[in-house]
Amino acid sequence: MSSKQRVVVIGNGMVGHKFLEQLVEDSVGFAGIEVTVLAEEPRAAYDRVYLSAYFSGKTAEDLSLVKGDFFADAGVFLHLNTRAVAIDRTAKVVKVASGENVPYDKLVLATGSFPFVPPLPGKDREHCLVYRTIEDLEAIKAGAAESKTGVVVGGGLLGLEAAKALRDLGLDTHVVEFAPRLMAVQVDDGGGRLLRRKIETLGVKVHTGKNTQEIVDGKAARHAMNFADGSSLETDLILFSAGIRPRDELARQCGLVMGERGGIVINDQCLTSDPDIYAIGECALWGGKIFGLVAPGYQMAQVAADHIAGKIDNAFQGADMSTKLKLMGVDVASIGDAHGATPGALSYTYVDEVAETYKKLVVSADKKLLLGAVLVGEAEAYGTLLQLMLNKMELPANPESFILPASEGGAPALGADALPDTAQICSCNSVSKGDICAAIEAGACEIGDLKSATKAGTSCGGCTALVGQILKCELAKKGVEVKKDLCEHFAYSRQELFHMIKVEKITTFDELLAKHGKGDGCDICKPTTASILASTWNDHILKPELAGLQDTNDYYLGNLQKDGTYSVVPRMAGGEVTPDGLIAVGTVAKKYGLYTKITGGQRVDLFGARVEQLPSIWEELVAAGFETGHAYGKSLRTVKSCVGSTWCRYGVGDSVGLAVRLENRYKGLRSPHKIKFGVSGCTRECAEAQGKDIGVIATERGWNLYVCGNGGMRPRHAELFASDLDEETLVKYIDRVLMFYVRTADRLQRTSVWRENLEGGLDYLKQVVIDDSLGLAAELEADMQHVADTYQCEWKTAIETPEVRARFASFVNSDAKDENIVFVEERGQIRPATASEKRADLIDTVTV
Amino acid sequence: MTDFVTVCAADRLIPGVGVAALVNGHQVAIFRLRDGSLHAVGNFDPFSAANVISRGLVGNLQGHLVVASPVYKQHFDLTTGICLEDASVSIPVYAVQESAGSILVAAEAVSHAA
Ligand code: SRM
Ligand SMILES: Cc1cc2nc3c(=O)[nH]c(=O)nc-3n(C[C@H](O)[C@H](O)[C@H](O)COP(=O)(O)OP(=O)(O)OC[C@H]3O[C@@H](n4cnc5c(N)ncnc54)[C@H](O)[C@@H]3O)c2cc1C
Ligand code: SF4
Ligand code: FES
Repeated sequence: MSSKQRVVVIGNGMVGHKFLEQLVEDSVGFAGIEVTVLAEEPRAAYDRVYLSAYFSGKTAEDLSLVKGDFFADAGVFLHLNTRAVAIDRTAKVVKVASGENVPYDKLVLATGSFPFVPPLPGKDREHCLVYRTIEDLEAIKAGAAESKTGVVVGGGLLGLEAAKALRDLGLDTHVVEFAPRLMAVQVDDGGGRLLRRKIETLGVKVHTGKNTQEIVDGKAARHAMNFADGSSLETDLILFSAGIRPRDELARQCGLVMGERGGIVINDQCLTSDPDIYAIGECALWGGKIFGLVAPGYQMAQVAADHIAGKIDNAFQGADMSTKLKLMGVDVASIGDAHGATPGALSYTYVDEVAETYKKLVVSADKKLLLGAVLVGEAEAYGTLLQLMLNKMELPANPESFILPASEGGAPALGADALPDTAQICSCNSVSKGDICAAIEAGACEIGDLKSATKAGTSCGGCTALVGQILKCELAKKGVEVKKDLCEHFAYSRQELFHMIKVEKITTFDELLAKHGKGDGCDICKPTTASILASTWNDHILKPELAGLQDTNDYYLGNLQKDGTYSVVPRMAGGEVTPDGLIAVGTVAKKYGLYTKITGGQRVDLFGARVEQLPSIWEELVAAGFETGHAYGKSLRTVKSCVGSTWCRYGVGDSVGLAVRLENRYKGLRSPHKIKFGVSGCTRECAEAQGKDIGVIATERGWNLYVCGNGGMRPRHAELFASDLDEETLVKYIDRVLMFYVRTADRLQRTSVWRENLEGGLDYLKQVVIDDSLGLAAELEADMQHVADTYQCEWKTAIETPEVRARFASFVNSDAKDENIVFVEERGQIRPATASEKRADLIDTVTV
Repeated sequence: MTDFVTVCAADRLIPGVGVAALVNGHQVAIFRLRDGSLHAVGNFDPFSAANVISRGLVGNLQGHLVVASPVYKQHFDLTTGICLEDASVSIPVYAVQESAGSILVAAEAVSHAA
């Protein structure tokens, strides 16, 4: 018999799981507790806030909130696929669907909410779906594959998020809203109008003031939605996002006090009307309100956990419902009293129809305090304004400057420094500025360390920028300098060296070393400089003053193999090759006895060439019309393509044609690390473009651009950067993204890691590339054009320059071959002999 | 007396770029550094068991003049042959000189007193 207090938790959603973590964290309080979790879903807690990321490639595991072996380590019993069906408060047992009774001393209801589906005739038809669980998303994905159009019912936060998901799935997407504007709760009329315009330019059709009455068979599509005003809309798929309702059926059944319109009434300790039953998260009603956000739920979780563990002075005090969101690429933020409902409230509004921004401030009658704000189109001021409101800080004399553009003398940044230590920076995890400063004091000098030390920024991520500012500011105060020296010869980062080389027009390593470095250089700074010089000036890399900087792969224009031979990879742009081309490659391979293999990059690799053979091999390949494939360079490798609309019955774009053009534009570009592209002809994505640095997928309206994906050691899904582009815009954006990467990345940093370290993230990259926020776009394009214009096949130049060609010799004083290079035969081709084979000489070796 | 073998014309050496030569049956990697000095070491890389040292990048590290193996990037001191990452491993060092427009390399490696 266990003498421990038995705690039973119903629901393992976001809040229920947070509760477990908080309970376990307080090891003293937890020692006398035994926890059982009854969870209806087939998997443990996952991040619902990021649910949409499931469509852009995140897996259920990626979204999981369970850290390591949390349940086993903590000794918490988790029962998945287990729905609680009744509570017997007298016997203190929970009855589960299988009929079993689970006894409790304390019960926690964390049952969340369910999506509200209006009771319309036809609502249960096929492909009428909701958006709340991973299973829902799977159903949507499956439905979308059989649909052309999709309608989201509901134009609130979630509805717009769902609309984005449908659009990304390639559906012709509509949003139907009952209210006269979008996001009626958070934004006012002006903001709503602008939001609508922006969302419509993104290709989603918005229908406001529409009251759906029934769903019936459609003529051209699966369904027809009939509206009260007599109009109707045809669609193949319907997604209801018309609000949420608390899952309070258990509480109702066992007679707990309920709100008038649902929700389990709780007090400041998160206790229901039964002193042994708590309710937390979206099923709970506090002060007459349901909080449909995760941060307030997390606060409730903390309070309930504390209370059970005996710390009774913590209380839930309500929560701020301010939100900042990125909806379909549009920034939207709503703070506090957005509608100016406070008596005497005054407001400032700034509308810029050209830049498509709408900003409103609501201030107190004496203009001293900020009460609320609405930001649409641009929400940079969100962090500052939120802090001003939450901390009741006095406004400057001209509060309008917070919403005026900088050129109008506006935007006084509220220095992170100005915030009081008590300011709550991360509302999801209740982290104050004081907590962050303490962690920095304790040694956290990087944003990653700071996140793991304080948990700030680990949930919705909305506070990351502010956390970063505080970190910078505190480090500056401590006089800490972040070391970013390239190597012992240069006390500069790669980005700084790039800048110097460009601005000072430096063309050799010696000049750079003399001006900015010390010593003789090494195998780090030499290739780095070579790469920067090539990206900037694009001279032939084997010119005498550059030759000594090149890694052996670049020096011999081939990849060094384990035995000292090199590989030969002719370019086959887009993976396209003619029969004659293949025959020519085969003929060369046969003549020189090379091992032949199809690579993972859609081309042919010939292995086993000795240095002195390379020039003649390439002479023959160049004569047959081939160019170098740069398989050896930190440069563009391949543009993988699928067969596309030319042949494929599903293709909507000519992926091979585009791949060939892209490969030919960017071939030869030297970069911090290798770059790979993929182009697919439709969303089936046979070219795996979303695993590439640059991925392009055809849509019915153009091309979707994905950036910063990676295969390799740590795969990363590329992120959607822009949609439905024409080819000209696509190339323009790729020029800018790549040149910006080339200029600012660290040595040997793939685009994926670069992107992850880019302060401001994808949004920042979009600002630089799409909005030209740094005024660099024209320069980046011009730099790329220079590289394209000065392209030369490195092999062609090498074989045609006698002085360079002469360097391809095994020995400077002999025509002998390296006797250490020995091949044996396997599956009809050569391979390097192993050490024992070389010694034993038992096997016939092959001489070529 | 050390026997020297002429391997090539002095202008075949580009500063910072190595060449390999067959000297008395051994493979030797020869480098001219930025300051004009000449260095010769064994061409065999003990870590990869391939004859590739001449294709490594040269420079200085922690006060040593070094060549980095192009295969797994270990550094060897050009004057002692000792590997910076693993002092128990070393490559042979040869005397090398320039005379009358030619590069001459010693027929036998320098023997290091243990
Ligand atoms: C030949 C090939 C394997 C094959 O037989 O298919 C290959 C061979 C090598 N890969 Fe690879 N990779 C090859 C496709 C890939 C792919 C698949 C692709 O491109 O679709 C990947 C994963 C995709 C990606 O890069 O995101 C890949 C991820 C790597 C990585 C890990 C990169 C990363 O970011 O994690 C390395 C190591 C590195 O670059 O630091 C690597 C490094 C290498 C090197 C250069 C290792 C070396 O230093 O010797 C190999 C020598 C190439 C040679 O001798 O020609 N190779 N390598 C493929 C050549 C493709 C081509 O036509 O150019
Ligand atoms: C797509 C989407 C985007 C969102 N974006 C944001 C955002 O940007 N910011 C934000 O703050 N919030 C956002 N939210 C809201 C946020 O996800 C919720 O506030 C949060 O998940 C609430 O947590 P919860 O634990 O109360 O409920 P849930 O996470 O729903 O968990 C409840 C769990 O209880 C289970 N359960 C219910 N009844 C029973 C039973 N009888 N027996 C057993 N198990 C049961 C359910 O199956 C469920 O797993 C978003 C929600 C969605 C769906
Ligand atoms: S991605 Fe689409 S167009 Fe390309 S081959 Fe696959 S199915 Fe066909
Ligand atoms: S505010 Fe959500 S993670 Fe910090």
